[in-house]
Amino acid sequence: MHRVDLFPTHEYQGLKLRAGRPYPFGATVYGNMVNFSVYSRYATDCTLVLFHKREEKPFMEIPFFKEFRMGNVFSMIIFDLDYEDIEYGYRMDGPYRPEEGHRFDRTKILLDPYAKLIAGRDVWGQQPDWDKLYQYRARVVFDDFDWENDMPLETPVNDLVVYEMHVRNFTCGKGANVKHPGTFAGIVEKIPYLKELGINCVELMPVHEFDEFENSRISPVDGRQLRNLWGYSNVGFFAPKAAYASTGRFGMQVDELKNLVKRMHENGIEVILDVVFNHTAEGNENGPYISYRGIDNKTYYMLTPEGYYFNFSGCGNTLNCNNPNVRDMIVESLRYWVTDYHIDGFRFDLAAILGRDQNGNPMSNPPLLESLAHDPILGKTKLIAEAWDAGGLYQVGSFPSWGRWAEWNGKFRDSIRRFLKSDEQVLRDVRERIIGSPDLYASQKRGIKASVNFITAHDGFTLMDLVSYNNKHNEANGENNCDGENHNNSWNCGYEGECDDAGINRLRHQQVKNAVTLLMVSQGIPMVLSGDEMGNSQQGNNNAYCQDNEIAWLDWTDLEKNADIFRFFKRMIRFRRRHKVLRYEDHLSHCDYRNLGYPDFSWHGVKAWQPETGHNNLTSAFMLNGMYAQTDGVADDFIYVAMNMHWEMHGFELPMLPQGKAWHVFANTGMNAPEDIFEPGEEPVIDNQNEILAGPRSIIILVGK
Amino acid sequence: MTTEVYKLSEELDSFNSQEEQDGILAILEKGQSVILDMTACKYVSSTGLRVLLYSKKVAAAKGLKLYLVGVSEEVMDIMNVTGFDSFFDTYRTIDEVPR
Repeated sequence: MHRVDLFPTHEYQGLKLRAGRPYPFGATVYGNMVNFSVYSRYATDCTLVLFHKREEKPFMEIPFFKEFRMGNVFSMIIFDLDYEDIEYGYRMDGPYRPEEGHRFDRTKILLDPYAKLIAGRDVWGQQPDWDKLYQYRARVVFDDFDWENDMPLETPVNDLVVYEMHVRNFTCGKGANVKHPGTFAGIVEKIPYLKELGINCVELMPVHEFDEFENSRISPVDGRQLRNLWGYSNVGFFAPKAAYASTGRFGMQVDELKNLVKRMHENGIEVILDVVFNHTAEGNENGPYISYRGIDNKTYYMLTPEGYYFNFSGCGNTLNCNNPNVRDMIVESLRYWVTDYHIDGFRFDLAAILGRDQNGNPMSNPPLLESLAHDPILGKTKLIAEAWDAGGLYQVGSFPSWGRWAEWNGKFRDSIRRFLKSDEQVLRDVRERIIGSPDLYASQKRGIKASVNFITAHDGFTLMDLVSYNNKHNEANGENNCDGENHNNSWNCGYEGECDDAGINRLRHQQVKNAVTLLMVSQGIPMVLSGDEMGNSQQGNNNAYCQDNEIAWLDWTDLEKNADIFRFFKRMIRFRRRHKVLRYEDHLSHCDYRNLGYPDFSWHGVKAWQPETGHNNLTSAFMLNGMYAQTDGVADDFIYVAMNMHWEMHGFELPMLPQGKAWHVFANTGMNAPEDIFEPGEEPVIDNQNEILAGPRSIIILVGK
Repeated sequence: MTTEVYKLSEELDSFNSQEEQDGILAILEKGQSVILDMTACKYVSSTGLRVLLYSKKVAAAKGLKLYLVGVSEEVMDIMNVTGFDSFFDTYRTIDEVPR
């Protein structure tokens, strides 16, 4: 039995053609045929432009014949194309009337919005030739990677320990010692390190294609070239960043990224992508034509009634996320990354924008967010919102979730930072954060799993800088230190920046340990910023988006310099993963509802069972009852945490344990290594079972077993 | 089980992939395992990687073997970072291939 539609019906300058299939959009291979399909509501005509690989001038331009158009979709099949040697783009005819939202320009060659492989910025930092007519060039992708038995891991969300990583920053720096620095392959080489650290989920900062030369300039401070290092500026939503692959120059970035995911999965590590669906790299009215602006401006962008670009992203334009066709594109992009790349989850940059209507107004039930929450293919994919935008919409605790969405809990960051630097009047808020922010998430029954807890992320200070600087130092960014967050809730421990004072440096290490302790003993999903585990500094720069140099790159020699911090991180992470009682999915009752003798969770203070109530208090303690957290019928241990953020020492009266159990010390951040933390499971018993002394700015963790 | 050596040319990409694929498959069709001599081969493209893996899978389906011999450092690096290396047995010289 043979299909009868495998024969060409048209010929154009020697190429054999027939009407294409409108769906799916993009370039799709069927045997010896490639189907090209592109949607534009307002274009009047469309031409497919074909190049040989890397050649400046096209070798063929094929108009879409009338019979190749279905509704608002242009599609054609080309037979016997050597598609490994092809790059393609489109010319669109249509009105140029910006006041009506139309910006068609037939002189431009446009990238396919559904391009799955994009060439043009293949090797990181290689200066582009801006005179070239077609800069970001679509290619046809090989989508037959052999995954063998691999699948997304579907790790329970409350069991995750997330590690936020930048592909280049992770392995470009001193001492990284990898064969392929700054690439997907470089991360594969570091998998043993990630396993040793103990994290089980890597969140990659944007890996969709972007242009590191967007807004590139020379720093007036140090003369270095500043680049778009972070990549929060999409050129394409379906293609991986070529220059993040050691094989990008060969166009093999798709296979290289897939191999990274496969290797991570083999080692029990999930991969979450940070995705940027709020704007594109085309900027505002003065920006370049890359794709969307020329394909169908009015469809892809939120426009003012006068035809200007709304700027809720702070980056010049705003993707029209709740236009039905753009919505479909976003859903298809996410499905594609899950089905073709086995991605485990997504973190949505400035996700509040995804809930704005086409006029920019926030909606109560945004159709895009609802679609994603109920999508069948994304059914077990982690969905994490950065629940605010640059237009002032702040939705932490109120992001429309349908029980599916988690949030970056910005309030956790702010409260814990204030507590760390001994701010008064923050304890009540800190308590909410430690128990999974029920004030934010309990009323909607979203559970603890809605809260992604973090103290540091790519935006802002690193953890070491948080305890080394009172103020940001972004002069090297060339914006007169006006960029970046001003309200950091940081404290330099007595001196601004690096210093030789042993006492200050000791306190900084202690504060770093306090921070990771609070992160790992809080209910919710902890997220660690890559490099914090080795005490990475950005020299006070809290917005290193453009610093493609040692400011942002991890310095792996810090591992030796800050060995006590690395050791502390490893053990704290292992402790969390060992104790189910730290990883509840739903909020705690604070009651003994199973009549086990102790509530599931209880607050204490310097007196057992008597939590401090004053606004100025800086001491608090809590106890988790392991009998409420069983694994295969075996109860977890009791865990007691005494937090003293006061600058004086305090004694904490200990709650009495059930008969036969005794308190053992796991960690005491006030102690020097190696007494600061013990191997989980090998904690020594303490002599005084009635009281412990917590030194200034110290946290003690006891295990009752 | 008999084996036959098949020598790949300097590059394996879309320009010669069909020809090379046919050459390898012809040996497998005869019921013989293949020693793919890649000593001269300096570059393997995405298409080329698929020629290798497809050949390996055809061989396996027939109960035959496909060995790679003399893979250059550059080619091995490409195979390694794209994960294709894990599917193959590689040997430095033809003499090292177990027979």
